[in-house]
Amino acid sequence: MAREVYHKSLKDVQNDLMKMSEMVATAISRAMEALETRDMQASKKVIKDDLRINKLRFNIEKKCMMLIATQQPMAKDLRMLGSVINIITDLERIGDHAEGIAKISVLIGDTPLVKPLIDLPRMADKAVDMLRRTMVAFMEKDVETARKICDEDDIVDALYDQIYRELLFLMIEKPKIIEGATHLIWAAHNLERIADRVTNIAERVVYMVTGKMEELNVSKY
Amino acid sequence: MEVQGGMKKEVQIEIKNLNFYYAGGVHAIKGISMPVYKNTVTALIGPSGCGKTTFLRCFNRMHDLYHGNRYEGEILLDGKNILGHDIDLMKLRTMVGMVFQKPTPFPMSVFENIAFGLRLRGIKNKTEVRDRVEKALKDTYLWDETKDRLMKSSHALSGGQQQRLCIARAVAVRPETILFDEPCSALDPISTSGIEDLMAELKENYTIVIVTHNMQQAARVSEYTGFFMLGELIEFDNTQKIFTAPGNKLTESYITGRFG
Repeated sequence: MAREVYHKSLKDVQNDLMKMSEMVATAISRAMEALETRDMQASKKVIKDDLRINKLRFNIEKKCMMLIATQQPMAKDLRMLGSVINIITDLERIGDHAEGIAKISVLIGDTPLVKPLIDLPRMADKAVDMLRRTMVAFMEKDVETARKICDEDDIVDALYDQIYRELLFLMIEKPKIIEGATHLIWAAHNLERIADRVTNIAERVVYMVTGKMEELNVSKY
Repeated sequence: MEVQGGMKKEVQIEIKNLNFYYAGGVHAIKGISMPVYKNTVTALIGPSGCGKTTFLRCFNRMHDLYHGNRYEGEILLDGKNILGHDIDLMKLRTMVGMVFQKPTPFPMSVFENIAFGLRLRGIKNKTEVRDRVEKALKDTYLWDETKDRLMKSSHALSGGQQQRLCIARAVAVRPETILFDEPCSALDPISTSGIEDLMAELKENYTIVIVTHNMQQAARVSEYTGFFMLGELIEFDNTQKIFTAPGNKLTESYITGRFG
């Protein structure tokens, strides 16, 4: 095969991207678990680890820029690198949302949660599942799965609506818990945004494979 | 072949099922059909020996310089088949100019390099010759650099200037189409970008076809690109599509460096 160094570098970028997405997926799960179990140390670790995600994002971006400058990638390689530059931006923001949930957990501190968490962990699980499957679709160039994942954003949106309504009723009933309930709405909002970002990534997978830029699921929010 | 992208252009040259055989019997061009649109730059790319230069040289019947070469099919220039026996080759080459890989200035003055072609085509009036030499040099942005040494040898010019002089020479006889056969491969990056800028200016008035090994150059300068392999046209489409999302696997493999 011609241009071996170049093709090895392209694989390198993809491997780094997969590593970054796994760090982000872990951050979401750990942030939610720490909120649920009120584990302050774990929440603080998620906040700290976000710096590593941000650093990796810059490294991947640098590699992409170097490849564009030195190798003049074309066609599917160019679309892949263009997609990676976009995807790492989304992943970095998803990491920030996970960090946001961890910060909410720290903010809640010793105060007991206003209600047991049921739908929030479900939302987090769904978002993490969507993210992981999107990244597999990226590696396998699987357009069909990418499109399907965009549709699944509606499930997360529906969960968000449910949580929002439930907490709103609780606040009306017991105005004393307004602060605690608002914190949980913020956490739910972070998860809703995460799922939206995942659909952005799925759109990039479709572009990378087909060369067509499509908006696949317009968020309700 | 249908061109995607919705750009509607007037066809300057229509190639229909063109086959070309060298005197030794080599079938170098195999059944190629494609349009060349007016006032655009069309790039021809492909690995060495794919037939792109052979194809380009059909457009002004350069192959007729060697005995035994044979064309089949049609190349319609403004609707007339230029492969016909009744074609006046001198007139054809006035209409379809050519610029080669290495600058080929004649061993004469800058002025005479351009005036020579004009006189050959029957323009004897001194004022007209002078005016057209000046215009050709201005059109190729060479006037300011050469106006004080028009009577000096063209060989004193730099490589980039010599190539622009060759383009000026082609432009002076007012062709409809200019063929560029790897015009920048012997030039440094600054001269290369000078020629590329010049092509962007020239396409306002001329139709340009360029053969290049430099894919980035093809992507930069052209509106349409044809990818050739083993004498066949594998894909022809607008340049943006060819370099971002080509329709053919072979094109993609070539431009991403998987072979070639």
